[in-house]
Amino acid sequence: MPVITYREALRAAMSEEIERDPNVVLMGEEVAQFNGAYKISEGMLAKYGPKRIVDTPISEAGFIGMGVGAAMLGLRPVMELMFFSFYSVAFDQIFNNAANIRYMSGGLINCPIVIRGPANGGTNVGATHSHTPESIAAYHPGIKVVVPSNAYDAKGLMKSAIRDNDPVMFLENTILYGEACEVPDGEYLVPLGKASVMRAGTDISIIGHGRSIQLALKAADLLKEKHNINAEVVDLRSIRPLDVDTILNSVKKTSRCLYVEESKPFCSVGAMVACLISDQAFDYLDAPVKRLTSIDAPAIYSPPLEKLQLPSVERIYQAALDTLK
Amino acid sequence: MFADLSLNNGTLAPHYYFNLKAFPVTKKPSSSKKPEVTNLGYDARQAPINIKLGQDEKIALYRDMVRIRRFEERCLRSYQQGKIGGFLHLYIGQESIAVGCTSVMGKDDHIITAYRDHGHALAVGMGMNEMMAENYGKVTGCSKGKGGSMHYFDPSRNFWGGHGIVGGQIPLGTGLAYALKYKGLKGACMAFMGDGSVNQGAVHESYNLAALWSLPVIFIIENNGYSMGTSQERSSAGPSLAQRAEGYGMNWAIIEDGHDVLAVRDQVGQALKLAHDKSLPSVLEIRTYRYRGHSVADPDTTYRDKAEIEAYKSTKDPLSVFQLSLLAEQTLTTELIQKIDESARAEAETSAQFAEASPYPSLEDIKKDVYWEIDNPADRKSVGALFFD
Repeated sequence: MPVITYREALRAAMSEEIERDPNVVLMGEEVAQFNGAYKISEGMLAKYGPKRIVDTPISEAGFIGMGVGAAMLGLRPVMELMFFSFYSVAFDQIFNNAANIRYMSGGLINCPIVIRGPANGGTNVGATHSHTPESIAAYHPGIKVVVPSNAYDAKGLMKSAIRDNDPVMFLENTILYGEACEVPDGEYLVPLGKASVMRAGTDISIIGHGRSIQLALKAADLLKEKHNINAEVVDLRSIRPLDVDTILNSVKKTSRCLYVEESKPFCSVGAMVACLISDQAFDYLDAPVKRLTSIDAPAIYSPPLEKLQLPSVERIYQAALDTLK
Repeated sequence: MFADLSLNNGTLAPHYYFNLKAFPVTKKPSSSKKPEVTNLGYDARQAPINIKLGQDEKIALYRDMVRIRRFEERCLRSYQQGKIGGFLHLYIGQESIAVGCTSVMGKDDHIITAYRDHGHALAVGMGMNEMMAENYGKVTGCSKGKGGSMHYFDPSRNFWGGHGIVGGQIPLGTGLAYALKYKGLKGACMAFMGDGSVNQGAVHESYNLAALWSLPVIFIIENNGYSMGTSQERSSAGPSLAQRAEGYGMNWAIIEDGHDVLAVRDQVGQALKLAHDKSLPSVLEIRTYRYRGHSVADPDTTYRDKAEIEAYKSTKDPLSVFQLSLLAEQTLTTELIQKIDESARAEAETSAQFAEASPYPSLEDIKKDVYWEIDNPADRKSVGALFFD
């Protein structure tokens, strides 16, 4: 099976969907002539032309809102935010318009838009460029939120997101763009809302999303190697819809849970998951659900300190041991 | 005249549209004053788009304006009786704009507006029953009671709302125009906003995108002089609102006679032609006036006095002006005027009865119309929970 990067997987997904559906258009800052700030769309302008691959001005409220309007009339715009952090500039268009238009029209209007871009820290770009807004986005009924942790999922989830008739926030990760794994050629879909058990285990469930899953897998190796602990690693892949069953089944099996994510702790996805476990699997727990997040402050610039602020293999390993005490 | 403009090069057009001396920034809204320079020789009735109007079509324009006013007067009564929640933004005084603009729409032309949306909704053909029921929060409302007075929609009539955030609908309107152009349709979007919208960043971003990509969108500023309770001179810099289009190389015009439904038709018709034929955007500032407060619950005495309202009503009321004109040319008779009025009142009264008799949405309805997939379970592709307790 071919091994391709997360970046190439995203490009393949968007290209296949552009070829499949004449209403799909990719728009964003630097996506066309510049070949993409992170080269996700490299070569796509040459292949599909300026009608399908559109450079926008730096004008997030304007072009995201424009995409919402175009989606209302039947296009399927894929809007790239150079950094997902810039969603804040388009907040009204995303969360008042895209999220609410179906509801406020009594179901008369759909908004099949995908808003995508990297949402992560760890690259020393400071607090303005390091937002991890998955819980903020998922807070809004009407919105779907997807956070792929690897190339295979990135492709399959992107194709599903583009075909989805509801607005999807698709949160990528600059650190993962160059990470590769086996990805089959051609058509496959990963449905939104289906978690993936990345590693089966019996002693603790390490649940999370995004790049934290890659770190958790390494931490699980360490736990096995040093303490013969069998950790199960569950990648949610999709925050809303959420695979509650897989979460509960894992926790019922292991009786312990550590939720790992790059977000800040307050009202995080992990907080929601801990609440669900408490409601629905309390009797199975042998320890309180533990969460590991970024340290609760704006993203620090200082490169060695930013490493410490984010989840790391070492921090996950330690938190898992704490949960198992 | 519009078509004579040198396009997108900042060239000013003939003085009727652009002579800024005609529209000085005054302490009173200019809409209640006679311009210093009048539109000498211009008679909207003689414009090609209006000359071809048959008697029935003129009567229909008049009837639509009357229906809007009577509907809103009935809304006001219901609001005062506590039947309608939230806000009620009345369009009374501005009827000529929605009716004039929508009367020139073709099958691929679309509109979107802000929260003062009753006039536009009726003008595109939505029914009073579904509108009043929406105001009452009833399940028979046009949005099943989920949107309220500010959020009417009817995509089947090319009407895309009804939006609550000042200026927030303008990028959407730009997107509708983008989609029309993308699909190769000979249509345009009229994106309506109030004078309070023009200082929102999203509006300027939309101007830039529309001009940059030659989108068939007409930005229509219904300038009633006040953004809520703050006059234009206290909120907006520059000699006029429409002139800001120059910065984007866009065509622009001021329609001083916004109370004249035929003048509105003429000017908007020309902008629409420009959008259809050359896919060019325009900014039109239409001078108008609202008789009621921003929302009827808002005090209306802190920023203007009654005399100002009366002065406008007595000289520029859109219904009265058109009525007199049609009477003079014998298109209307006093009997017909009375009949139209009675019919509109009865229609509005019926809508209130319909709304009153309709049921509220159920508790289960709260979670419907959130996700397309939940409402179409047979076609659902995703799995997992979309709602949480």
